[in-house]
Amino acid sequence: MVSGLINENPIIYPKKERRLRTDSSNTDEFTPEPIDQLEIFDHIRDIKDPEHPNTLEDLRVVTEDSVEVDDDNSYVRVTFTPTMEHCSMATIIGLCVRVKLLRSLPARYKIDIRVAPGSHATEDAVNKQLNDKERVAAALENPNLVEMVDECLLPSAE
Amino acid sequence: MDLMEKNLELVEIQKLEGHTDRVWSVAWNPVSSHADGVSPVLASCSGDNTVRIWEQSSLSRSWTCKTVLEETHTRTVRSCAWSPSGELLATASFDGTTGIWKNYGSDFECIATLEGHENEVKSVSWNASGSYLATCSRDKSVWIWEVLEGNEYECAAVLSEHTQDVKMVQWHPTMDVLFSCSYDDTIKVWWSQDCDGEFECVQTLGESNNGHSSTVWAISFNATGDKMVTCSDDRTLKIWGTDIARMQSGEEYVPWSHLCTLSGYHDRTIYSAHWSRDDIIASGAGDDAIRLFVDSHDSVDGPSYNLLLKKNKAHDNDVNCVQWSRGEGDRLLASASDDGMVKIWQVATKP
Repeated sequence: MVSGLINENPIIYPKKERRLRTDSSNTDEFTPEPIDQLEIFDHIRDIKDPEHPNTLEDLRVVTEDSVEVDDDNSYVRVTFTPTMEHCSMATIIGLCVRVKLLRSLPARYKIDIRVAPGSHATEDAVNKQLNDKERVAAALENPNLVEMVDECLLPSAE
Repeated sequence: MDLMEKNLELVEIQKLEGHTDRVWSVAWNPVSSHADGVSPVLASCSGDNTVRIWEQSSLSRSWTCKTVLEETHTRTVRSCAWSPSGELLATASFDGTTGIWKNYGSDFECIATLEGHENEVKSVSWNASGSYLATCSRDKSVWIWEVLEGNEYECAAVLSEHTQDVKMVQWHPTMDVLFSCSYDDTIKVWWSQDCDGEFECVQTLGESNNGHSSTVWAISFNATGDKMVTCSDDRTLKIWGTDIARMQSGEEYVPWSHLCTLSGYHDRTIYSAHWSRDDIIASGAGDDAIRLFVDSHDSVDGPSYNLLLKKNKAHDNDVNCVQWSRGEGDRLLASASDDGMVKIWQVATKP
């Protein structure tokens, strides 16, 4: 049976054990913890791939190292690797990552999203769209697209 | 008067709250200012699908929201522009339409809705005489509308030469020449030879003419119309110039050329630039700051702009629009931001 998926046989990587956080250094309960790479990765690792019942972490679309964060300057950049070079879902994935971070991080954060250099046939075009906030805003006023994004962002029942 | 020598600062006069989503643009009514004896009026438009009209009380000097234009646009209102007479307000929306509103005392009524664009309308601009309106859209086209009697608007031209989303249109301050800037990284100039409404693209300012290397977000002209500033996602401001006297006297089009580039001042996308009547260029960027630039007059070869001041954290989020007021000498600046606020600023000498 032809399923029509872009990537019929994605590589699913073995699940990494999740590190428990043991922050004993900061005893002051009023100082907010600086946001670090792992915290941001925790926000995006469970985003579901739009086509498969797997997460972006499972498919190694995002890894802990794909997150670059500078909390002092309220800046984060996520570099994601689509499973295939011609993946037309790349903009959807990028949009899901952006929406999840917009909903999870403090408003002061500047968020840049890009595809891993060399990993996509039209990488410049995808990057430009993902980082044009007016285009993102208009896209998020499209109910069909929002529904798709929300589906990907729903926590899976495990 | 050399502005660089004075110790100037940007003072926040008031924060206008009310919108429930990001504010994309602001526009000063050209007719009202204290000098005319009429209270200054400012329009702001937002992702909350509304337009708010703000007025300054001549007694208390504070700004309040006079009216909310709502229940017409069904999506984000991206930009707005007052007609030269100050009587009409045009609103450009992601819902694909452009609204024309008329002021009836304390109320505004939508007297016309311009349809035609295939998707989001990004910008709207009136020409100097108010006889033409221009709109642009993500559908890559620029439309020119003729303003007729009885609240009628007729499409005079559909110009489809941009290869991507068109971000802003701006008529020249004195001549019927239209400028547009786009996600395709270029600025296009549209001119009608016989002034018969047949507009064509007579110039494209792209990378090969020292143009921008990414999306161009805005265009603004100086008061005399012989220079313009453009701002971009490439984090630079570019100054362009033309021989305006030759252009105004002759029958033929006189091309614009690049004069200088201001780079290294911004580290995020520059969404807006506006040229004041007394030659200060204001910029609003994705780093939440407002910057002011002036010509240092150091160079004999042309303009050489320097940073006059930088207002860090002007807003709590991206500054989407900066607009100088039209009044003479009051140096008021309005700004709009993703933080949902409109702010009124004044350029003043430090005490």
